[in-house]
Amino acid sequence: MDIHEYQAKEILRANGIPVPPGEVATTPDEAVAIAERYGGTVVVKAQVHSGGRGKAGGVKLAASTSEVREHAENILGMKISGLTVEKVLITPAEDIDTEAYVGVLMDRKAQAPTFIVSAEGGVDIEEVAHSDPDAIRKLTIDPRYGLMRHQAYGLANSLYQDAALVKQATKIIHQLYAAFASSGASMIEINPLISTDAGEVKAIDAKMSLDDSELFRHPELVEYRDLSAEPTAETRAREADLSYVKLDGNVGCCVNGAGLAMATMDLVKYYGGEPANFLDIGGSSNPEKVVSALEIITSDPNVKVILINIFGGITRCDDVARGIIEATTRIDIKPPIVIRLTGTNEEEGLEILAKAGFSASSSMDDVVERGVEMANAG
Amino acid sequence: MAILVEENTRLVVQGITGRDGSFHTVQMMEYGTAVVAGVTPGKGGRTFAGPDGAGVPIFNTVDEAVAETGANTSVVYVPPAFAAGAIEEAADAGVSFVVAITEGVPVQDMARAHAFARDHGTRILGPNCPGVISPGKAKVGIIPGNIVTPGPVGVISRSGTLTYEAVIHLTNAGVGQTTCVGIGGDTLIGTNFVDALEAFADDGDTEAIVMIGEIGGTDEQEAAQWVKENLRVPVVGFIAGQTAPPGRRMGHAGAIISGSSGTAEEKMKILEENGISVAKRPVDIVRLIQGVLPG
Repeated sequence: MDIHEYQAKEILRANGIPVPPGEVATTPDEAVAIAERYGGTVVVKAQVHSGGRGKAGGVKLAASTSEVREHAENILGMKISGLTVEKVLITPAEDIDTEAYVGVLMDRKAQAPTFIVSAEGGVDIEEVAHSDPDAIRKLTIDPRYGLMRHQAYGLANSLYQDAALVKQATKIIHQLYAAFASSGASMIEINPLISTDAGEVKAIDAKMSLDDSELFRHPELVEYRDLSAEPTAETRAREADLSYVKLDGNVGCCVNGAGLAMATMDLVKYYGGEPANFLDIGGSSNPEKVVSALEIITSDPNVKVILINIFGGITRCDDVARGIIEATTRIDIKPPIVIRLTGTNEEEGLEILAKAGFSASSSMDDVVERGVEMANAG
Repeated sequence: MAILVEENTRLVVQGITGRDGSFHTVQMMEYGTAVVAGVTPGKGGRTFAGPDGAGVPIFNTVDEAVAETGANTSVVYVPPAFAAGAIEEAADAGVSFVVAITEGVPVQDMARAHAFARDHGTRILGPNCPGVISPGKAKVGIIPGNIVTPGPVGVISRSGTLTYEAVIHLTNAGVGQTTCVGIGGDTLIGTNFVDALEAFADDGDTEAIVMIGEIGGTDEQEAAQWVKENLRVPVVGFIAGQTAPPGRRMGHAGAIISGSSGTAEEKMKILEENGISVAKRPVDIVRLIQGVLPG
């Protein structure tokens, strides 16, 4: 789960990291009121789950209240990577001397938390990694011991020459690791970590992702989820314990298993169609889940045909068949349904479907090809 | 021969009395796997009722189970909050191979468990994986036994049901398998593609390998490189997620395109560059594998 900059900063502050003050506004009036309280030049920053906010025009300096109003008006409602900006963060501008990058993330290859730091911050770190790999330092942490004193010092020492700055950065790196470990994060990035003309080290931008699998330990962080940042159907899917991602096509897909669900979407494309969604009903055998899945798929007005692709393993075909029948009696499903059903309890499943007048194929290619033809015809 | 599990596998089921654990213990026993012990804290001393009147002794700890039964392999069906602890317990008890089926294990828990298992010389498969099956020999996990058949092809996959999809096509075409391994869809998995390929490379009976990958990470790319430099048997590939949008998690925690990295297109290109033919559809895997199988 990605969280917003202002939320990530709350977590950093709670862990003692120096972060300039900031408040969130949802209207230009609020933005102006906050800026007046701070006085002086402020930064107006779009709060949206996307990188490249600056390039998209979502981050602006404002020296006067009229500029604050102007920028807030422009940025609120702006689309960045397809997401509408509904909040701006107002924060006092800082006198920046240097900009560094400090991040910690779960590294797949090392199977452990790994720090990435660079004295060249304030820019896209992937670009730095590409153009000047020597400017980046990586350090893998043994999660059983946590970050050791010399490791934090070593990282800070690679960022600054001045001993006073190294000392502050060492402390910040410790606090960052504490924030990472205690919040169940999968990634935290401070970019940039600045040093000011007055010799202070501060985090002025932050990005953070929380591990969905660890949220049960942090009920207070669940509230950070921005429901306005996701389509309603995705919220409903999560509540029903389904994985759903809305796409732009017209072939609705209902599949068991993430890999098979992706392969089904790919096959829709192969046969000349466009998938309307990714949907994995998961490994369980609950007819209720199938009902929720079909409700969510039919809530998308673009869907012209519903393609059900089930390969029973843990999932039992008879349960899925019962779910399909239940859904068709409970909700008014307009688009035609094509079904592939094979695997555990296949015969029972096919029998249940046949009684209700549905037919099913055991071949994935057959149903996808047929489904695409129907979608393209209608 | 086969890899990871075979006739000598002596299995302890962690979480044997749970809903999934009990269901799949019966399935594994029916397939012929030697399930020698179960572990559920607080239920030690009881007996799990297997198929055809067979009983499996239940212990409170893996340590006791290993001491009493000589278990050498474990499968973990315990809930997410306790799964990493269960893996650590098995490693501590000297179990050399742990298969973690549980989905939704916190990543930070897994980082610790991986470090601990490495130090104990224990191999982890998963978590969030369907397990492993060596047709006719042993099945550990949840892969349906009726879709596989013995033969010369090794299968490695990040997915569950997509593996079944590929394997059933092979089986229907009369192409059997040495072992089918599901390595799991999480971010931090134990056995990865290269580890599984290494195991197949040492297996004299595996004459060709199917590698089923998906978007996210660089595991497939590194495996392709490894195949070119080290492997003598031919490999056929498939990558799921060609139509997946960037930045969105596609069900599996690890299936996400970050920036421009980890796309299906990139993976397919690197596989092809390293001499691995990539199937466009799951069904095409059969034709490609028949084309590279000797004889």
